[in-house]
Amino acid sequence: MQSRSWLMRPFGERSTLIFLGVLLATMALVTLLHVAVPAGHPLYVSAYTVNLFGKYLSYALLAVAVDLVWGYLGILSLGHGAFFALGGYAMGMYLMRQIGDRGVYGHPVLPDFMVFLNWDSLPWYWHGFDMAGFAFLMVLLIPGALALMFGFLAFRSRVTGVYLSIITQALTFALMLAFFRNEMGFGGNNGLTDFREILGFNLRSSDTRLGLFLATGVALALGYVLCRAIVTSKLGRVCVATRDAEARTRFLGYRVERFQLFVFVVSAMLAGLAGALYVPQVGIINPSEFSPLFSIEIVLWVALGGRATLYGAVIGAILVNYAKTVFTGVMPDAWLFALGGLFVLVTVFLPRGVAGLLALRLRRRGDSDASLSAKEAAA
Amino acid sequence: MSFLRSLASRDRVFDFLVPVESPVDVRHGPILYLEDVTVSFDGFKAINDLNLTIDDGELRCIIGPNGAGKTTMMDIITGKTQPDSGKVWFGSRHDLLTMNEPQIASLGIGRKFQKPTVFEALTVFENLELAMAADKRILPTLTARMNGEIRDRIDEVLLTIGLAELRGRRAGILSHGQKQWLEIGMLLMQRPRLLLVDEPVAGMTEQEMERTAELLTGLAGKQSVVVVEHDMGFVRSIARKVTVLHQGGVLAEGSMDQVSSDPRVVEVYLGAEAEEEAV
Amino acid sequence: MRYPPVAWPVATGARAGSAVEDSEPMHAATRGSWLMVLVLALTLALGLTLAAPASAQDAERSDDTMAQALLAALDVSSFAAKGEAIEAIVRSDDPRARGWLQALLDGRLQRTDDGRFVVVLDNSGRQWPVEDALTGEALGEMSRRDLDRIGINNARRNQLRSAIAVVDLYAADAGLRRASAERLLGEVDGDLAGSLAEVIEAEPDARVKERLLQALAIYRLEQGEVEAIDDLRGSLHPRVRVALARAASGAIESRAAAGEEPTLVEEARSALSGIEQKLKVNRAVETLYFGLSLGSVLVLAAIGLAITFGVMGVINMAHGELIMLGAYTTWAMQQLLPGQPGLALILAIPTGFLVAALAGIAIERGVIQFLKGRPLETLLATFGISLILQQLVRTVISPLNRTVVTPQWMSGSIAINDALSLTLNRMVVLGFALVVFAALMLIMRRTRLGLEVRAVTQNRAMARSMGIRATRVDILTFALGSGVAGLAGVALSQLTNVGPNLGQNYIIDSFMVVVFGGVGNLWGTLVAGLSLGVINQVLEPWAGAVMAKIIVLVFIILFIQKRPRGLFPQKGRAAEG
Repeated sequence: MQSRSWLMRPFGERSTLIFLGVLLATMALVTLLHVAVPAGHPLYVSAYTVNLFGKYLSYALLAVAVDLVWGYLGILSLGHGAFFALGGYAMGMYLMRQIGDRGVYGHPVLPDFMVFLNWDSLPWYWHGFDMAGFAFLMVLLIPGALALMFGFLAFRSRVTGVYLSIITQALTFALMLAFFRNEMGFGGNNGLTDFREILGFNLRSSDTRLGLFLATGVALALGYVLCRAIVTSKLGRVCVATRDAEARTRFLGYRVERFQLFVFVVSAMLAGLAGALYVPQVGIINPSEFSPLFSIEIVLWVALGGRATLYGAVIGAILVNYAKTVFTGVMPDAWLFALGGLFVLVTVFLPRGVAGLLALRLRRRGDSDASLSAKEAAA
Repeated sequence: MSFLRSLASRDRVFDFLVPVESPVDVRHGPILYLEDVTVSFDGFKAINDLNLTIDDGELRCIIGPNGAGKTTMMDIITGKTQPDSGKVWFGSRHDLLTMNEPQIASLGIGRKFQKPTVFEALTVFENLELAMAADKRILPTLTARMNGEIRDRIDEVLLTIGLAELRGRRAGILSHGQKQWLEIGMLLMQRPRLLLVDEPVAGMTEQEMERTAELLTGLAGKQSVVVVEHDMGFVRSIARKVTVLHQGGVLAEGSMDQVSSDPRVVEVYLGAEAEEEAV
Repeated sequence: MRYPPVAWPVATGARAGSAVEDSEPMHAATRGSWLMVLVLALTLALGLTLAAPASAQDAERSDDTMAQALLAALDVSSFAAKGEAIEAIVRSDDPRARGWLQALLDGRLQRTDDGRFVVVLDNSGRQWPVEDALTGEALGEMSRRDLDRIGINNARRNQLRSAIAVVDLYAADAGLRRASAERLLGEVDGDLAGSLAEVIEAEPDARVKERLLQALAIYRLEQGEVEAIDDLRGSLHPRVRVALARAASGAIESRAAAGEEPTLVEEARSALSGIEQKLKVNRAVETLYFGLSLGSVLVLAAIGLAITFGVMGVINMAHGELIMLGAYTTWAMQQLLPGQPGLALILAIPTGFLVAALAGIAIERGVIQFLKGRPLETLLATFGISLILQQLVRTVISPLNRTVVTPQWMSGSIAINDALSLTLNRMVVLGFALVVFAALMLIMRRTRLGLEVRAVTQNRAMARSMGIRATRVDILTFALGSGVAGLAGVALSQLTNVGPNLGQNYIIDSFMVVVFGGVGNLWGTLVAGLSLGVINQVLEPWAGAVMAKIIVLVFIILFIQKRPRGLFPQKGRAAEG
């Protein structure tokens, strides 16, 4: 296993193969049920449901990104929603520019909200977003750049643990306040919406929705494999070493802050990608994605699914969001009670999450997987 | 052509970029040299005008009552704590006060903490793998592959520390003594020139202690070893030269017999113990 | 009143009588015939006694007719005509004039359907108690439908105020005179200016006198008198500034001869710039006050956290909701004691503390104790609790904001000078924050609990072995920190809306304050809270409220990178663990 190239290593793992198998099978099944089964048939999957699944998968990718830093690096980021939202905004800006002169005001270049604010030209940072390639690059680069700047400062001065959590929360809070301002040029509290098409495909057509769902699935698969490759490499072991004994790792000669920064940036980019896939599927991006509540909710998905497994994060994201869909439909008032209760129950009674329960059943001795034991979770 | 090749390897183009891996220069004397080092926390002088010299290949024991500044001294040498004043040199080329912890570590100074710290979530083998002297930058670490040479080297150390059979087990399940050895093994993987060992036998059984003594004396000669220890019996069994610290400074230095007959030492340190024994 | 009292008919008669006495024939009569004098005197006296009731009645009757006419003149639709009618009332010197003018200004002077003028005493509800405008006789209650209000516009309102001010200048009550003087700034006209000098001379109250001098000086300045500026220097009143600015812009023609130094414009400018300087200081003081006030709120919100997080190392994300509980306790107390908001507020202090402390104990026993040594999990679990508490309040009470009444003694403000007044409620909260801080300091430094807390914090195992019951200390400490959060809620209810999101708005700020000040250091929390408040207020004018907040957040984020242990870090080997 160790002698393979680092990127190929995950394909030698049983857990990765199972994960990819389940994911691909689900994608194929949903596609089949959507395309081949006639509408009205009990097995028919509607475009709405496809869309919903697509949303879950983008959340799952976001959860994988959070698990990468929290599970393996021990950094509890309460600000990953910010990277997600930034990726989403980059995508939103592209979609906004795609509207062209079909907006309410019919301005050839300016999005509606800018016309409404009586702006006469595009702010400089909106240039280039009419080109898909540039915009998709920014989806990765903008969150990456923010993570690089923030992480560089934080890790260099060894801000870790609870302190880091608090200032990541402050970061996303500050960004939320900033994006609420109309002067920022991102549509204020309405955000960006009324999108029409992506890469020339009509966003309202069910084929485009299916395409977005499949693209999100592929992104999740690739993201998962990338994260898996990182955590099974020697670098992944350095991360785990850092998580459990940072000072010791430093004395071994590893520049811990650089490893933290590298993984943090990779994670932020994945979160940005998740946000970019999320926005065209829900049709809107607004500052509420920056809210501290959303960021901390992501952490709950990971905690529920089980940290430091990656597949646990996916399970958690899908479970919680499915529950949310059901609850908010049936009794919306109860959802916050349920969510709050989950936080308490998971942390107190289920420190290893659902994946921990699974692992307990499939326990093999001498497991070389770097997942947490209950005792280490406590550390 | 060779110039071009040197350009291609980015680290070596400029002299000041030549990394600290350059060998320690011990031709002009000791491997570690501390002069007039002082450090205080909130006005309390933890280290006070400390002078200490360790020769290449030496095994030195450092003893002293609690609060004598032993751990703080280790912190200074390894770059964890910056002293208020003084000089700390590694060989005659490297000023340790200008370097951070990883730089000092990659120079060849290994440290074993008082409380054994191994990476409990990783296997014994992986612990040693991480400790191994290698290119520890990000991308090489990410793409690192296992090969026969590395495996052999890890196996060799596993034998030295007597943990060959536990190589695949998580370090978290090891006994206290085994963790101590694993940690010493991790230090050996770094091929250090100087080993700083903080209380290696605390909490060990008699047998484990004997093994540890063997291990440490076996290392001396190839490496310089500095042992901080409370256990007098253990110190007596391995020590060639002993330094007694008291209130942040050196109180006495010499062989175990010399030191233990020094009245000042008896008063501040052994005295207390002698009284206890008398009771 | 504005004009020297008019002679009354009775007085004229008396004067006529004395004139008779003084006359030459009377001298002869006193000497010649006592009888004659007696008869004359008797006749005079009799005539007077007989005539007096009649003439008084006549006067009253004619007075009422006049008054009725005066009031009737108000009841026209043209506002210009109303203006003249008001002027007429002022000139009438009727003793009831002030009451009419005030009632007219307040919209309480009304006409009944049968043409009588009444003053409405209380115009809440449907039935209004009224009294006759002329006789002052109570007429019982009347339906609002039977009454016609005499309407006025803004111009009349101003006229009325000035008129009342003039009337009040002669009032016995110094407060009325002060208000009147205040009102007259910039309203003095030529007529008034003449009599004002005498009034100023006679005025016993120094402040009223100063005001009247300024009022007169503004008039004189407008007439082009350079010397008047000397009376206006240093005054912060906006009207003074308006007058000076007009003068400085050259809009007023100087009465002094051309070329004479100093010129009006220059003098006015120098006076203005002096005033500007004073205003700057005032503004700085005001910013500082608002900053300290905001800071005191931050300190209150954060100080409980400084104990639970800073001293115990427990991350309680539900801290904000404990604040919210304190605020809702205040609201509940006011519901229980309707009509006594002050008493309810005072009682809410211990109650709010208790409620929050009990909630804190429940959280500590129910969740946190199981997560000891796992700070990140504690953070998540307590966040869950905060969601539950918020939703609980939304479901049980209401998702909408509740109003908490500010008691009389806390509302209003203290006027330091014309440009600066400090609101009382903020001052009380500032004082409250300092008292709470001092009390906490005492508890931590001087009491057995404080000692035990510090012992347990520094070395739990050692403290236990010395017989300190660490669990009990945990509970008490957490209760203390939570209770203080409740106190913060009580104070906050006086400054902001009380709603389910109250706590959420403060939690990030509170953590920032604690981290910025240096964890485990109460002084640090105080300094950090107050300075962040001031920084925020200083930034606000040029950056806007939201941007100021963003800047402060970013500043703290950067600051923590530079000094991860805050402003006042704990030093030493133990602190580095």
